Amino acid sequence: MHQFLQQIFSGLATGAIYASVALALVMIYRATDLVNFAQGEMAMFSTYIAWTLVNAGLPFWAAFLITLVVSFVGGMVIERVLIRPVENAPVLAAVIVTIALLLIFNSTAGWLYSYTVQDFPSPFPDRPIFGALITTRDLGVIAVTLVMLVMLFLFFRFTATGLAMRAAAQNPESARLCGIPVGRMLAIGWGLAAAIGATAGIMVAPVLFLDPNMMGGVLIYAFAGALLGGIGSPVGAVVGGLIVGVTENLVGTYLIASQLKLTVAFALIILVLVFRPNGLFGTAIVRRV
Amino acid sequence: MEKPVIAPATEGLAGVGGSALSSGTARWIGILALIALAVALPFALSKYHVFELTMVIIYAIAVLGLNILTGYNGQISLGHGGFFAAGAYTAAILMHRYGVPYWGTLPPAALICFILGVLFGLPALRFEGPYLALVTLAMALATPQLLKYFDSWTGGQQGINLPKPVPPHWLGLDRDRWLYFVALIVLLIAIRIAANILHGRTGRALVAIRDQPIAAAAMGIHTSRYKTIAFGISTMFTGVAGALAAIVVGYVSPEGYSLFLSVSFLVGSAVGGIATIGGAIVGGLFIEFVPNLANDISDAAPWAIYGLAMLLFMYAMPRGVVGTLWPRIGRAIIYTGSKKAE
Repeated sequence: MHQFLQQIFSGLATGAIYASVALALVMIYRATDLVNFAQGEMAMFSTYIAWTLVNAGLPFWAAFLITLVVSFVGGMVIERVLIRPVENAPVLAAVIVTIALLLIFNSTAGWLYSYTVQDFPSPFPDRPIFGALITTRDLGVIAVTLVMLVMLFLFFRFTATGLAMRAAAQNPESARLCGIPVGRMLAIGWGLAAAIGATAGIMVAPVLFLDPNMMGGVLIYAFAGALLGGIGSPVGAVVGGLIVGVTENLVGTYLIASQLKLTVAFALIILVLVFRPNGLFGTAIVRRV
Repeated sequence: MEKPVIAPATEGLAGVGGSALSSGTARWIGILALIALAVALPFALSKYHVFELTMVIIYAIAVLGLNILTGYNGQISLGHGGFFAAGAYTAAILMHRYGVPYWGTLPPAALICFILGVLFGLPALRFEGPYLALVTLAMALATPQLLKYFDSWTGGQQGINLPKPVPPHWLGLDRDRWLYFVALIVLLIAIRIAANILHGRTGRALVAIRDQPIAAAAMGIHTSRYKTIAFGISTMFTGVAGALAAIVVGYVSPEGYSLFLSVSFLVGSAVGGIATIGGAIVGGLFIEFVPNLANDISDAAPWAIYGLAMLLFMYAMPRGVVGTLWPRIGRAIIYTGSKKAE
């Protein structure tokens, strides 16, 4: 029983990372109807920026904040320069562009920082608490994710910009008629997604260690989480991410050898989707004829 | 506002099929010239270059399969590397274990991949757009893992070495050139089959489902049956390509069928011209040669160059090379033709 609870808590910590990346994916999907395959690599690149800053002697949290700002601006620039041209293009062109971005970020990071695995400092000490149920590091990761979620919720719920962004995502034409600069809102959405991804990258780097391929697996599980929750629903993304994290841990511990973990996780998700194609929290797509 | 997966047909089906030159003879002369070139080329090139061209042909067959699914039916698949692997391992296991001659492995590979595709296509009916892309992405990721797991059949990490095919004596061709012609014949047959399917009733149904699913269903097109068939035909092509690749390379191992292979197919398909038959060949060229070119330009960050090439192609020619250029060439020829007639 004790081991079971332990696995659940450590699953929640990895799940919080998946949830963050899933949330970033959902934000971009809602705003631009686009699945951003480069989300993980963007987060990885941000993490390298944080790593450079920490190595330059900055205190951890200062490096963290600077990285968030740089990522936010970087995300906006990517949207304006690279995504804009395919904004109204068919889905496939946009998919190809984000896959190209994935390759470019991955390869550039390998070129700038080499493919050697780097240590990344954790702001939280790693020691067990509450009768060894959870480590302080896992608790810290969960806490940072929660704070981020609450801030996002407050932003979207109570600020004018947040309201405008929701309007722009829901109905771009009407929003534009109301005087909302829809293009700028999309850019902010990409910026926010990049910053959320950066947070996830920095939180996961002490566990996975930093290298250019660090986020590959995370991105896949985040996709799974986003799909499970329903790719249009932010709450769904978070819940889905957490479920995937816990499932991954439990399946790996109790059911089968870890080499098939990914396969089993996906078989489960496909099974869920066959019965609920729009995810747990997604709304069915209704079409007007 | 829902975005189409690929640009819908604007100039009727002729434009989509890449057969803007339906005006008879000019088109046939062009096609025959291309075939003559393809037959003459291996005699002018070194063995290694012949091998590269054989791989171009094989990738073209795989991309052609993907074009049927993604281009004509609008279902994005990031998992065709998995079916390519299924075809390759079918050929490898049949040759290695049961001593089946290499040419005898293509029909079983086609059959098995058709069945797998139909089986995968059934749940895929429930996923649309990005959902399907992600589910197939998961399949691409699981492929190497599954291949390693069933190691009593697949040889696990070590993979399987295949016996070298022997070309018939009376032809007097060496192995590389013989395999090139085998691949070329399969490609021509595949193009013929694809053209027959796509320019007929089935093709019209597939395009109708892609562009106007509700209207298509209202007109009595059995949407789910056609979508499943499209999946099966598509994976059949890709599986045959996989079997050919295993025969030509003479070796299969799980690492050769990573996610990157699936991504390459989709990229080749989009760059070449997604809803065209000729685009498959351009796609094959892109998959085979651009990684090497990128490596020559910068061996520090080759994939960044590859990515940049993808971006350039997508911005300059969002409908792909053939999809963008072919109608223009067609118009030019028809224009000069009509001038002569005056």
